[in-house]
Amino acid sequence: MSRVDGRLKVTGQAKYAADHDIDGVVHAVVVDSSVARGRITGIDTRAADALHGVLGVISHLDRPSLAYRDNPGPFPGRRLRVFQDDAVRFMGQPVAVVVATTLETAQHAADLVKVSYAAETPSTDLTRSPAVDGPAPFARPYTRGDAQEALGSADVRMDMTYRLSRNHHNPMETQATIARWDGGRLTVWDKTQHVLGTRNELAAVFGIPQENVRVLSPFVGGAFGNALRTWPHVTIAALAARELGRPVKLALTRRQMYFTVGYRPAYEYKLSLGSTRRGRLTAMTHEMKYETSRYEQFWEANQALGQMLYAVPNVSQHVQTVPLDVSTPMWMRGPGYGSAAFVIETAMDELAHELGIDPIELRLRNEPGEDPSTQQPFSTRRLRECFRVGARAFGWHRRDPRPRSTRDGDWLIGTGVATGCYDVFLGQAEAHARLDADGTAVVQSATHDTGTGTYTSMTQVAADALGLPMRQVTFRLGDSAMPPAPPQGASQTMATVGSAVQDTCDKLRQQAITLAVEDERSPLHGVDADDVVAGGGRLHVKGAPARGETYRRLLARNHRTHLEARGSWAPEENSRFSMYGYAAMFAEVAVDARLGLVRVRRMLGVYDAGRIISPKLAESQAVGGMVGGIGAALLEHTVTDHRDGRIVNANLADYLVPVNADIPDLKAVYLDGEDYKADPIGVKSLGELVQIGVAPALANAVFHATGRRVRNLPITAEALL
Amino acid sequence: MHPFSYTRVSDTRAALDAGRRGGRYIAGGTTLVDLMRETVERPRALVDISALPLREVTVTRRGGLRIGALVRMAEAAAHPRVRALYPVISQALELSASAQLRNMATIGGNIMQRTRCSYFRDVTAACNKREPGTGCAALHGVNRTHAILGTSDDCVATHPSDVAVAFAALEATVHLLGPAGERTVPFADFLLEPGSTPSREQALRPGELITAVEIPALPRPLKSGYLKVRDRQSYEFALTSAAVALHIRGGVIREAKVAAGGVGTVPWKLPAVEGRLIGQRPSDALWTTAAERAADGARPLPHNRFKVELLRRTVERQLRVIGGGK
Repeated sequence: MSRVDGRLKVTGQAKYAADHDIDGVVHAVVVDSSVARGRITGIDTRAADALHGVLGVISHLDRPSLAYRDNPGPFPGRRLRVFQDDAVRFMGQPVAVVVATTLETAQHAADLVKVSYAAETPSTDLTRSPAVDGPAPFARPYTRGDAQEALGSADVRMDMTYRLSRNHHNPMETQATIARWDGGRLTVWDKTQHVLGTRNELAAVFGIPQENVRVLSPFVGGAFGNALRTWPHVTIAALAARELGRPVKLALTRRQMYFTVGYRPAYEYKLSLGSTRRGRLTAMTHEMKYETSRYEQFWEANQALGQMLYAVPNVSQHVQTVPLDVSTPMWMRGPGYGSAAFVIETAMDELAHELGIDPIELRLRNEPGEDPSTQQPFSTRRLRECFRVGARAFGWHRRDPRPRSTRDGDWLIGTGVATGCYDVFLGQAEAHARLDADGTAVVQSATHDTGTGTYTSMTQVAADALGLPMRQVTFRLGDSAMPPAPPQGASQTMATVGSAVQDTCDKLRQQAITLAVEDERSPLHGVDADDVVAGGGRLHVKGAPARGETYRRLLARNHRTHLEARGSWAPEENSRFSMYGYAAMFAEVAVDARLGLVRVRRMLGVYDAGRIISPKLAESQAVGGMVGGIGAALLEHTVTDHRDGRIVNANLADYLVPVNADIPDLKAVYLDGEDYKADPIGVKSLGELVQIGVAPALANAVFHATGRRVRNLPITAEALL
Repeated sequence: MHPFSYTRVSDTRAALDAGRRGGRYIAGGTTLVDLMRETVERPRALVDISALPLREVTVTRRGGLRIGALVRMAEAAAHPRVRALYPVISQALELSASAQLRNMATIGGNIMQRTRCSYFRDVTAACNKREPGTGCAALHGVNRTHAILGTSDDCVATHPSDVAVAFAALEATVHLLGPAGERTVPFADFLLEPGSTPSREQALRPGELITAVEIPALPRPLKSGYLKVRDRQSYEFALTSAAVALHIRGGVIREAKVAAGGVGTVPWKLPAVEGRLIGQRPSDALWTTAAERAADGARPLPHNRFKVELLRRTVERQLRVIGGGK
């Protein structure tokens, strides 16, 4: 099954946020602060104002009226307010916006705006600023047993410090918003992973009812989490449109994508572990700190793995944030889990080496029978099987465990493994379905397709439930006027929206069946509704396909233009089960240790992700996850000049992501199966899972190749020379 | 981007006229347009010279090679004569940029390209090259990718070209045409070390055009090649690189041409390495001994100390690749 929107995308007809052709639209360009901390002392707009075509420059000097009503945001603190004061909180903060009739004029005018500052010395270095406790209730000190005591009495104790660099999401599509006011009603075409979140935030910022805001986002060109929030530029576009009485388009530049739309924070993570000689973990302590802004306290799910991944009797966790003169981070693919997995899974490899135990065997020896943090049974946990299947396919048994044992010319060859795991996060969703007299159906929900394939997978679920061919079903999404759906984040869309779509389409099918069995002229008249099934656009008796009729005939005969249904799904409030997806990641690298080069040779991921709705999309997600993990392990690093808080590689030439030459031979295997304890369609989470465990598998392979343990990401030449 | 005028010219006379009036020459535009978007470059007038008849690769009477300034990188790399006579040039080109860029960018433009120093490319940062007298933010800033050779207190930016390293190694000549007529400049004198005037990057006089780069004839057989060490495998500038050409006859190295990239403010010729090679017999020991001199005079910065050793190893490796040995 190929993507239903594939043709639109490859022929350029899919309309991303900035592509919508809005009558009378004018162009906005943001002016960014060039200091990281201080006050704005003056904004000289004379040269900009004098340019032909410039419609206006807006800054805090204009005291634009914005209500900024309370609206629960993702992080404790006070959200950044646009143009409400003279304070500069991070380098690249929007300090003004220029609007002009053409983009080129707006860009030039933005360059002519001269902003003066009373600059102060910023703090942007995680390692040189004081830490505070992570935000309650999201970051909680955790203890089970007595980890300190257990560490002290362990046969083997290891203490490690790991450092992870800041990473940026870097989707292909830069953030963009078009805003139009019609009286007191606001319409925005926006790049977002949450149309309802954007609607609610704009309503709060502008002090208007939520029903007066409509957010449209039919296509998103990748996001990886950075469109989960309503960032300042969205407000700026709507503000400019209101002030000028014209529709306004605002697209961030690639450089601006490094300033205001979030990032995966840098970490310093100390892990101590205690173990028996036979490789049974007795204790783990986690001391982590990561960067956040001074105005909000970022959090992410960085504690779960340390609590539930292995059967460790004694665990303690302490989470701290370091408030800095930087913008607030934002969840990035596999948030928290990915960073914690690098640390825990590298440490497991270090322990395996220390004890002389095979790294897979070490993990299996610590496999829990139930969730050690909640004592709940697992809905499904097939990590053993992932490793068994993966080891066979990868040829793990041929491995010589000694570091530096395999050489190919100038290259040292190494292999490594790591566990990946991500929770099955479930939300609530509604959907609407309509079956028309021509036998086609339209199903909709205010969900999103960030490139993950929602259009396709929801069409599959709907077609399956309605018994229609795929081509006769259209799925619509990305409109806040549609039935509500959660953000497209935390890998919840397939399970949550998929279950709602199934519920909705089940209801619609039942309606049609009821209509048929009660219709004297129907061949299904009098049949027990439970004995009627749908397939190929027809309703028929189960086991007797000849006895039945098409939806078209049924509706025509009953003079019905359509049938429609609304359905929903929400998870049980207190599930009895511990629900996670699992992965075994295998990597082979070649390292030219003389020249410090690391080259990925091949990777294999084996996943326990429940039922796979769309194998091709799932494969694509897995490959993308491996690419992202390769980037995090070997290349990606947002570099800040701590003297003034400047990001020195705010572009895709200097911020390195993998290119095709870096990603040969990536294979994904999904274990057959399903998890109906998780949700009615049997799926678990997938989109985050596939990136977690990639970086540690690579780092462990580098160790196996070279004998050198690198505890900092990314692993670059200087660490290996 | 700031407003500018744009003119296409079809002969060199018109080009020189426009150049004399202050026009900036543009061909593939792969550097200049980028920098104009970032407002690092703000030319008032662009003179498009793409149509000038400077697109040929010819063998000179003495057996060298003359590459027209407007020959595209991709064309030069694939040219049978270039491939046959100077693999080091083909390899340096093919390890540069991306296929799309190589199809646009020209040889003349390639050696004119400006540094990748991120402070140079960020108009809110101090940079003597972009704005003389403002200081060098890289000197005490983030300087992992910066130069260790040919630096000054005013500038530590590397020259980013790969093929220029091959040209430097092979002792090419740059052919120029200006209002006062034609002249030639040895490649070593064409690109300028920053000294106290980092904004002056080439020995070009106002309005001069590059017409060709000429590679001298070298004794045959000549083995040559280019090694590029970089963080990712493609579409990335060099941390270090080495261009090596060796003429070995009767088991003895008679000619050695070696230069390094990614480490110098200009492509860095390595005469001390060459000196240790000439008259010697190829061996692993020789490569090591010769490469020891590769970083002579290096002044590493806090973040790029690793380049000193990496440069020696890069040169050593490429000497072995070209010269063989065990």
